[in-house]
Amino acid sequence: MNLNVLQFKTDSERLTHDLGHRDRIQSALNKYYVARDDKKARFQDWQAARQAAAETKWDAVNHLDKYLVEFAEKIEARGTKVHWASTAEQARQIILGIVKEKNARRIIKSKVMTGEEIHLNDALEKAGFSVVESDLGEYIVQLRHEAPYHFVFPAMHLSRGEISDLFEKELGTAQTDSAEELTMIARRVMRDQYLAADIGISGANFAVAETGMISITENEGNARLTCALPKVHIALMGIEKVLPRFEDLTLFLPMLGTAGAGQAVTCYNSMYAGPRQRGENDGPEEMHVILLDNKRTHLLADIEQRDALHCIRCGACLNVCPIYKNVGGHTYGTTYQGPIGSVITPHLRGIQEWKHLSSASTLCGACTEACPVKINLHHHLLHNRRNAVAQKPVWWEKIAFELTAILFNNPLIYRLAAWGGRFGQLFHPLIKGSLLDPARAWTKTRDLPDVAPQTFKEYWRARQK
Amino acid sequence: MSERENILARIREGLTVPAPIPGAHELHGHEHAPNPAPIIPGMVMKWLPPVGPKPGDHIALFAKNSVELKTDFQLFNSEDDLQTALRALAKAENWQRIGSHRGSLTDEACVTLGLPVVRTDEPYEMPQLESCDVGISECEALIAQTGSILVTTRSSGGRALSVLPPHHVVLARRDQLLPDLPAGFALLKSKYADDFPSFMSLITGPSRTGDIERILVLGAHGPKKLTVFCI
Repeated sequence: MNLNVLQFKTDSERLTHDLGHRDRIQSALNKYYVARDDKKARFQDWQAARQAAAETKWDAVNHLDKYLVEFAEKIEARGTKVHWASTAEQARQIILGIVKEKNARRIIKSKVMTGEEIHLNDALEKAGFSVVESDLGEYIVQLRHEAPYHFVFPAMHLSRGEISDLFEKELGTAQTDSAEELTMIARRVMRDQYLAADIGISGANFAVAETGMISITENEGNARLTCALPKVHIALMGIEKVLPRFEDLTLFLPMLGTAGAGQAVTCYNSMYAGPRQRGENDGPEEMHVILLDNKRTHLLADIEQRDALHCIRCGACLNVCPIYKNVGGHTYGTTYQGPIGSVITPHLRGIQEWKHLSSASTLCGACTEACPVKINLHHHLLHNRRNAVAQKPVWWEKIAFELTAILFNNPLIYRLAAWGGRFGQLFHPLIKGSLLDPARAWTKTRDLPDVAPQTFKEYWRARQK
Repeated sequence: MSERENILARIREGLTVPAPIPGAHELHGHEHAPNPAPIIPGMVMKWLPPVGPKPGDHIALFAKNSVELKTDFQLFNSEDDLQTALRALAKAENWQRIGSHRGSLTDEACVTLGLPVVRTDEPYEMPQLESCDVGISECEALIAQTGSILVTTRSSGGRALSVLPPHHVVLARRDQLLPDLPAGFALLKSKYADDFPSFMSLITGPSRTGDIERILVLGAHGPKKLTVFCI
């Protein structure tokens, strides 16, 4: 068993039994459900909007070469340097190169999941730079030296008490039970950081090809400050973030806000068209955009799953997923958690190492229904299972299915097995859940259904008499 | 070959086979060809939340959204009333220093308040703006549909004025109120298509966070208060 599977199994077992954890997640998500349902209901036609969003993303992804070049040329024309990175290592080197060239000492970051994907903070810190996450949730998990728990709500798993303890330990602040006071502590810390930072690193939610802009969606204002105060702005984004037209944002901004956070639109939706232009008196003197592939083209080449590149990272599929809600975000061990993470991680990091995520699913389809860009998520989980086995068959599964085929094809053996099952189950309680139990993986925490006292044939024969 | 060429080559190779129709798994047989035609604003309007046909509806909707978002929205009948209200606000919050920029409404406000002003439409130092009690700006438009304020570097005093001080006051005129997002984006395009400002933002309520137990807290990193005075 590979280590990822072992970790997934151990952590999911621990967390499914942690009722406090379940309560915290459920109460956080309940607030989201109420807000999301309210904002969705205000749309005149949410379903038509979803289809249009899916088609727009289809257009963008299926003409990605054209739109990426258009975006790069347009934003370069406004004095931005565009860098192309095939791998995580190249992206890290590009950023380190800029940081070193600028002699930067302090770096402030707004939320950038692509940064988590390429382990940017580690690379910068190893090279001796100080990096501070400015998004409140990201700052909290950074202080705890852990990964975000959810790619939209990074600190959703923590209670006020735990955050208060953390701030007391790391910042020396007084204990408080108030979310507002805790937020104000982070605000005060961050103010000095903004003024002192030489470089601001952000992500991008969308990149508009037509006009050469990146668009950043946020609530706190930390991304706005990150892109306004430091002298250099670096935006790191995946190549799939491109939208063809400026007007497309009029659809995607409200859909992202509604699906992602239950807001009609989030507090700040900002478009950046290059660094400070002539006649402007603030904003960075330099802007860099890094376009990251990191195996996205691998996903693009799979026509069956290409639509997974439509993802706008709203997190709606995580919020409705029964697996996510029970095992929690860290259990996945991936940058992108939940259904979308289970779909794309095998492409980004290897199918044999990450195929187990696609099996941890009830196939209920709640994710597919929640997706604002209509990614066929739960079917892609099935596609991953099929692809993993096609690439590397599992010998014992193969034998098991062959034996099952024999069993079901042969009436005599089937009758024998039914009789054996009825007889055998009388003794099952003696070994249930123990190491001797062949069904232990199931019976450790669950009951095995009884074998029916009669087969259907026996029942029918008796009835005919 | 540069990485640009490598990435584009991989994309082109991947795209040699076309992908199936988007959302086909939910179309249940009513399949149609992919529609890469541009989304025209008229179509989006039919899907987004309704705004009503009359200017009166739009004002009412903006006011209703402002209440929900905790934006303080006030409508005045004359510029004198607006300036009086602004003076009262300055007194109530004990403003000592303000950040602002040149504009027909902001100029008048700076005069009537008579306080030291950090101008952000000329070279300025960031710590000076940070020490201001309020940022007073104009805007490109108000959007009724979402209760948003559309700002740009050019119309609203740069990137930092509307986010750095703890209170952002927007001065606007009634005719700047637009019904919906498509109208707001159409305005930006018609005004700036040849040369966009480097920063444009849709501000929807005071800065907020729900990162701690999903409890709403205002003033995460940006303004704790957002006031819109409109004549």
